[in-house]
Amino acid sequence: MTALTTARVPIGDGFSPARVFAMMLRYLYLLRSSWPRTVELIYWPLIQMILWGFMSRFLMTNSSWVAKAGGVLLAAVMLWDVMFRGQLGVSVSFLEEMWSRNLGHLFATPLRPYEWVISLIFMSFVRVGIGVLPTALLAIPLYHYSIFSLGLPLLAFFALLMIMGWAMGLAICGLILRHGLGAESIAWFAVFILAPVSAIYYPVSILPWWLQYVAWCLPSAHVFEGMRTVMFQHTFPLDHFIAAVGLDAVYLAGGGLVFLYFMRQARQRGALMQMGE
Amino acid sequence: MAEPVLTVSRLTKRFGDVVAVDGLDFDLPRGVTAALLGGNGAGKTTTLSMLLGLLLPSDGAITLFGENMLTHRYRVLPRLNFSSPYVDLPHRLTVRQNLIVYGRLYRISRLKDRIASLASNLQIEDMLDRPTGKLSAGQKTRVALAKALLNEPELLLLDEPTASLDPDTGDWVRSYLETYRRDSGATILLASHNMAEVERLCSDVMMMKRGRIVDRGSPGDLVARYGRATLEQVFLDIARGTELPAPREAAQ
Repeated sequence: MTALTTARVPIGDGFSPARVFAMMLRYLYLLRSSWPRTVELIYWPLIQMILWGFMSRFLMTNSSWVAKAGGVLLAAVMLWDVMFRGQLGVSVSFLEEMWSRNLGHLFATPLRPYEWVISLIFMSFVRVGIGVLPTALLAIPLYHYSIFSLGLPLLAFFALLMIMGWAMGLAICGLILRHGLGAESIAWFAVFILAPVSAIYYPVSILPWWLQYVAWCLPSAHVFEGMRTVMFQHTFPLDHFIAAVGLDAVYLAGGGLVFLYFMRQARQRGALMQMGE
Repeated sequence: MAEPVLTVSRLTKRFGDVVAVDGLDFDLPRGVTAALLGGNGAGKTTTLSMLLGLLLPSDGAITLFGENMLTHRYRVLPRLNFSSPYVDLPHRLTVRQNLIVYGRLYRISRLKDRIASLASNLQIEDMLDRPTGKLSAGQKTRVALAKALLNEPELLLLDEPTASLDPDTGDWVRSYLETYRRDSGATILLASHNMAEVERLCSDVMMMKRGRIVDRGSPGDLVARYGRATLEQVFLDIARGTELPAPREAAQ
């Protein structure tokens, strides 16, 4: 055994990309070690795409609205999955720590909560990539529809939905920190509460007037409305884009604050040592 | 006198109406092995959690390496580490993967060499590529110890370090800890209710009851002070509230 050489371990207060990378490595190791986890990532997006692909084919001949833009339902289902997988990418990676009772170890290291959050966000990119990209590519030969035909607006929609997913994911992590693993199902169903008012497959104008006000408070409703504007009218809806950016900023700040608040509460209650299955 | 590694003043933790830790005052110099000894619910694990920053105190202060733990936690954490049977390492990751992740979190230079050296010292070389969840309790304890020593901590906090180990493995772990402290000059604070372990490892024992330190001294001093033959009998006296046969002033 060697004598203590504290110089081995840097001591400082700053942000460390190395620690973010360490946490990403932890989740990548986990994905690599479990093929069912990887299959699960791709399974639902693929099934959804196949179902809505056939539905689109049927409606193309029976609905003048869908006939105007053949891929409108397929684009919607894929973009919705971007948001859902973005949220799951944050909250399921977080849940992995709770399932393995590892939070105590993690937060006794110099890992900052925001470094951890950044690693969760990176992992949501990985999870969305594994889940949605093969689905989008497969839709091209199967249904002759490429979501990439949306062009640059696709990047904007993707980013806006990912950010909303992260915001929700962070708030959900906070709630699970507060209520323990008994509340883990929130991670799986919370986003679907927003599905009807996000107007994924239909215009916001279909909703009752009072629900339209709720819809316009969601970045997702602006994104899906914007997506239809691009597909039907071939113009980029700047008003929806600006509204979604502003709302995303509010949601992300809110999600981050909820997470940090419950994190601090967990330290007050001693929950970091006890959290587990 | 050298500055203490750890100073705890008026440390208190309340959970609602329950006072889990009640105004603890103690300090530890460099290079000693000390113990928090007490029954279930005495406040040992709560105290360790506060020292690690995992639990916020209701009142009081913790100074580690001259820094306020509450305000400069991230300057302190790289210099300490811990092991506890109540916190697991991720089960699906192999031992090597876990050590790599934690080594990177501590930003250890020459990590590969460090892991190889620890694996050799702790005799876990043959388990490095096995999933951590598939190890026996004794193997997991050694792996947890490897994680706890990755950053060569100057303060090592151990919660029941040999709980659920067979006597042979328990003895091996104790020997290893003795060697580590002697060779590294580190300070070790352990929470335990294993009297034999405390008698063997510790030069300083803080007896806890209902969140307070009710007595303190070396195992020999405590045994003599209570007029008993073993530390276990002293523990029982304190746990059952037996009066001191010949009370003397408790150390500090």
